Amino acid sequence: MEKMTLIKKGAEAELYRITWMGRDSVLKRRIKKVYRNPDLDLYIRTTRTSLEAKLLSEARRLGVPTPIVYSIDLKNTEIIMSFIPGVPLKKIIPNMERKTLHETFSLVGSLVGRLHKGGIVHGDLTTSNMILKDGVLFLIDFGLGDHTFDLEARGVDIHLMRRALESSHHEVSKWAYDGFISGYEKIMGDEIKDILRRVNEIRRRGRYVEGGR
Amino acid sequence: MRKLYVMGIESTAHTFGCGIVSSNGEILSNLRSEYIPSSGGIHPREASQHHASKASTTIKQSLNEAALRLNELDAVAISLGPGLGPCLRTGATVARAIALMIKKPLIPVNHCVAHIEIGRLTTKEDDPLVAYVSGGNTIVSAYSDGRYRVFGETLDIALGNCLDAFARSLGLGHPGVPKLEALAERGKNFIPLPYVVKGQDVSYSGLLTMATRKIPESNPSDLSMSLLEVAYGMLAEVVERALAHTEKPSLLLTGGVARSPRLQRILKAVCDEHSARFHVVPPDLAGDNGAMIAWTGYLAFKEGISVPVESSYIRQRWRLDEVEVPWRR
Repeated sequence: MEKMTLIKKGAEAELYRITWMGRDSVLKRRIKKVYRNPDLDLYIRTTRTSLEAKLLSEARRLGVPTPIVYSIDLKNTEIIMSFIPGVPLKKIIPNMERKTLHETFSLVGSLVGRLHKGGIVHGDLTTSNMILKDGVLFLIDFGLGDHTFDLEARGVDIHLMRRALESSHHEVSKWAYDGFISGYEKIMGDEIKDILRRVNEIRRRGRYVEGGR
Repeated sequence: MRKLYVMGIESTAHTFGCGIVSSNGEILSNLRSEYIPSSGGIHPREASQHHASKASTTIKQSLNEAALRLNELDAVAISLGPGLGPCLRTGATVARAIALMIKKPLIPVNHCVAHIEIGRLTTKEDDPLVAYVSGGNTIVSAYSDGRYRVFGETLDIALGNCLDAFARSLGLGHPGVPKLEALAERGKNFIPLPYVVKGQDVSYSGLLTMATRKIPESNPSDLSMSLLEVAYGMLAEVVERALAHTEKPSLLLTGGVARSPRLQRILKAVCDEHSARFHVVPPDLAGDNGAMIAWTGYLAFKEGISVPVESSYIRQRWRLDEVEVPWRR
């Protein structure tokens, strides 16, 4: 590893652009939090690093584009993966026409459907974690994900997607969410009914939503 | 221009509060009477009976302290929700009666918005990211395009609820959080407990269940320390994510649990890492109070917002992000 350029300092990790074995790569390092109990901190960073590396590879096998994991270092809580030279969805949504928006989120929905069908939940579906490159949509950041076929976990995944759209893209959230659901339904088929019922339940469970429990 | 005076009435949960503010942001009085359950958690009917019995003296004292008479008020603001039905109804009845009596407008105020606005007023921070933590709410919010948007919240119980319930199981009594923190000071060994962050949201119910289950087998100091570490750590993580995502220049900590020194230290550290300013609402305005309702009522009144008495329904589940806040535009 010769040159390391910091490309992003997120809340949880630092991302560096590096050349690894001659390949254009990203090093993701989960950083120590001084405000957290050291035992808890190490536990969180280690489990998330290990889980993320596994889920990235497994998602790929399910046909969901993700970065390729090259190397993992649990001691330093680092992952090295391929660099995706695209743009985060978050940045391009404001300039999207409604039709494109619907199509794009239908694609997002079908990718999430593939994950769920394959027994994976992402755990942090926001538009910062979706990268578009030449018409191919990549999902990144699987650190909060899980291996599960559980209805509740799937429901939370969809709930978080909806909430992320409402808070960050409120002016177009309905269109985007409709697109998402149409793509998700294509993959999930009839299963979607139970999941959407659970999504509404989760929403009502939150503090203070009109409509009662 | 003549100074305007607004009275605010708060009765969403434990506290019956009456505060008076003037249009230049002065808090002229802020009286409170808190219902303390003899055992267990809040009982809505008992709390509302407490409010009904204390309303009159609290309001009189509030007027005395502000050196004002009822007919010198320009508007009456009422916290219409979110909160417990019986408690909300008691406060709303009182506020409606006063508004009718003095023939002045009744201003509907959302309790969560009020916690944010009183923080903005007292810290002079114009556009902060807000962490609002109390016995009933755990919300990470920021203003965008006419409303306070919710970036993260609890998926089940509130942070204060989790800590209070655990403190009661340990037999610590009221108020739970300070006693829990004192006990945790002596904690040495970290006991693993469920740390549940889902996207930008947190979940405290599993944590409470597990911590309570471990009481018989654990050292109380170690267990309290671990519970606080996990509970505050989860909040710190979602706050940090929201700071990184929204790129707001500062963080405002508000709500009853904002008084916790341990939580303040943790969130200050989060802000330092992101070069954001850190502010906490003053302790006497952290918990539920009438002054925050009065001030938010004034902001709304200035925009021409009021509600006819006959349609001033309470709203037990009135979400923060449903409320238009035109004074921020």
